[in-house]
Amino acid sequence: MKILTFAEQREGKLKKTAYEVATAAVNLGKQLNADVFALVIGKNVSEIASDIGGYGIKRVVVVDNSDLEFYSTTAYAKAVVEVAIKEKADICLFPASQMGKDLAPRIAAKLNAGLASDCTALKIENGNIIATRPIFAGKIISDVIIKTDLKIFTLRPNVFTAGANNGQKAQVENISIDLKESDFTVKAIETKLGTGRPDVTEASIIVSGGRGMKAPENFKLIEELADVLGAGVGASRAAVDAGWRPHDEQVGQTGKTVSPNLYIACGISGAIQHLAGMSSSKCIVAINKDKDAPIFQIADYGIVGDVLEILPELTKEIKMILGK
Amino acid sequence: MKIAVCVNHVPDTEAKIKISSDGKSVDTGGVNFILNPYDEIAVEQGLKLKEKFGGDVIAVTVGQEINKETLRKALAMGADKAVLIKTNVLCDSYVVAEALKNYLQEINPDITLFGKQSIDYDNAQIPSLVGEMLNLPSITVVVKMEIENNKVICEREIEGGHEKVISQMPIIISVQKGLCEPRYPTLKGIMASKSKPIEEKIYNLPENKVEIVSLRLPQSKSAGKIVGTDVSAVKELVRLLHEEAKVI
Ligand SMILES: Cc1cc2nc3c(=O)[nH]c(=O)nc-3n(C[C@H](O)[C@H](O)[C@H](O)COP(=O)(O)OP(=O)(O)OC[C@H]3O[C@@H](n4cnc5c(N)ncnc54)[C@H](O)[C@@H]3O)c2cc1C
Ligand SMILES: Nc1ncnc2c1ncn2[C@@H]1O[C@H](COP(=O)(O)O)[C@@H](O)[C@H]1O
Repeated sequence: MKILTFAEQREGKLKKTAYEVATAAVNLGKQLNADVFALVIGKNVSEIASDIGGYGIKRVVVVDNSDLEFYSTTAYAKAVVEVAIKEKADICLFPASQMGKDLAPRIAAKLNAGLASDCTALKIENGNIIATRPIFAGKIISDVIIKTDLKIFTLRPNVFTAGANNGQKAQVENISIDLKESDFTVKAIETKLGTGRPDVTEASIIVSGGRGMKAPENFKLIEELADVLGAGVGASRAAVDAGWRPHDEQVGQTGKTVSPNLYIACGISGAIQHLAGMSSSKCIVAINKDKDAPIFQIADYGIVGDVLEILPELTKEIKMILGK
Repeated sequence: MKIAVCVNHVPDTEAKIKISSDGKSVDTGGVNFILNPYDEIAVEQGLKLKEKFGGDVIAVTVGQEINKETLRKALAMGADKAVLIKTNVLCDSYVVAEALKNYLQEINPDITLFGKQSIDYDNAQIPSLVGEMLNLPSITVVVKMEIENNKVICEREIEGGHEKVISQMPIIISVQKGLCEPRYPTLKGIMASKSKPIEEKIYNLPENKVEIVSLRLPQSKSAGKIVGTDVSAVKELVRLLHEEAKVI
């Protein structure tokens, strides 16, 4: 049996999710007695690809092509499919990142395979791989099996923890895929990256603000705390709809689903649609002046008080404890 | 321009979802259903394209008779025509995608719009599945879109920013919040929707590839500790986060 783990890179760097998915693949491989190899696609990526070896992967297949500097749905799909066929992969794992979610269904359709997306756990029972996936915005947890021979999974970022990097290098095998212009019917031509703060879906700490922040300029307090913590900035829909924050910061059922180690909710009431996106966070802190706000029902720690007074103090204290 | 919009009929975001006695399916009795919020954005985008380029907007759903409620909503917003592809059993994404593929192949739209995700099973698979099945380009999670001649230029959301993507028509697009604000149906629109046609289709579809083996409720979390009621609590909170929760 063989497992392909897709190691996502952007701008010549492997993403954290590449290590998470690789670790999950290695664990699965041990239980199923399967060979595991990684796949890296991009331009000038052969060198960085070997780093995946630090997570227990011995072999990495690399599609290195100067036309693949940016992501292309169609060209990447062709490359993954050709590698999966050539290697006779039985299982393919992708991160449930924007790239993985865009790509995995294409592979599933091309190879007639079942796909379980945004999984939060994989386990083996009676030889079957059972994937756990939250549905209805986390109101229900489902266990699913894939009935086709080839099984594809995308794994939710930040849920599967990457092992410690042991410094080993994987053996790199370059494979050339014949890519023609017609394989690039969809092609990214530019990436515009934002503030330099981590995206909420990738951040291990999120500081999030809602209507209780009162005005857009008060989000400076959130940003200051976020920067001290190296955190991402999130927002409730109320804050986004008011035009205070960009919609790509929205957390919730119609925003992003996040599961950081620490989620600090500032002036957010905790509406069911908000909780849907963040209730699986490992530790939740709520700051709200209303002691009956529903957010306190799921918070591990809370302060009942004025967030505009508390935030600057919190930033100061955390700076101190972090020695900044 | 021929514009298709694929729409799903999903439980309201407020709905309490119950698990049926078989432990494998959900009991949606008494639940209020809505047009999937992202699909509402897709309908709006379709109407905007029609206003700019002319043509027809066709709303398509795969499901049961009850899905017609959602089609009526799309018609009330301004879609010209609606199609229900009838299925009985609960279909997985692959099967829904096959059904849509069958219909889209018949009508060959210039552009087919989807929401980025259904808020029931949260799969976010169907747009890319259909794209591959039809051998068409697809761009997912689109927050900005321009069409010039045959060229499609979009921005899609990626982690920490956006990616500018170019492609061509015919094309599959899945939309994300921020692309446009869905309009409210007018009274006139609602009245008109009642007399607009809903066509029904049935296809031979493959079996599900993914099967639910069990459902459960998430572990409920008990309310935590209120550390204090003013700024003086901050020191203790930081200590707890550092020493007890060990998250900073
Ligand atoms: C279809 C649909 C989808 C939705 N999707 C989402 C989603 O994805 N994400 C999302 O977040 N919401 C979503 N919502 C909206 C959701 O129902 C709530 O309206 C929204 O989450 C409220 O945001 P909020 O908590 O910032 O504002 P409010 O509910 O107004 O809460 C503000 C809170 O701030 C507190 N406060 C006020 N002043 C202060 C102060 N000085 N100091 C401390 N606390 C203060 C108040 O006590 C209150 O609890 C959706 C709704 C619908 C219908
Ligand atoms: N039953 C359905 N009928 C028509 N379109 C659907 C259906 N289910 C999902 N879609 C479309 O596919 C998108 C993504 O859905 P999903 O892959 O189920 O998360 C939705 O936003 C809809 O546009």
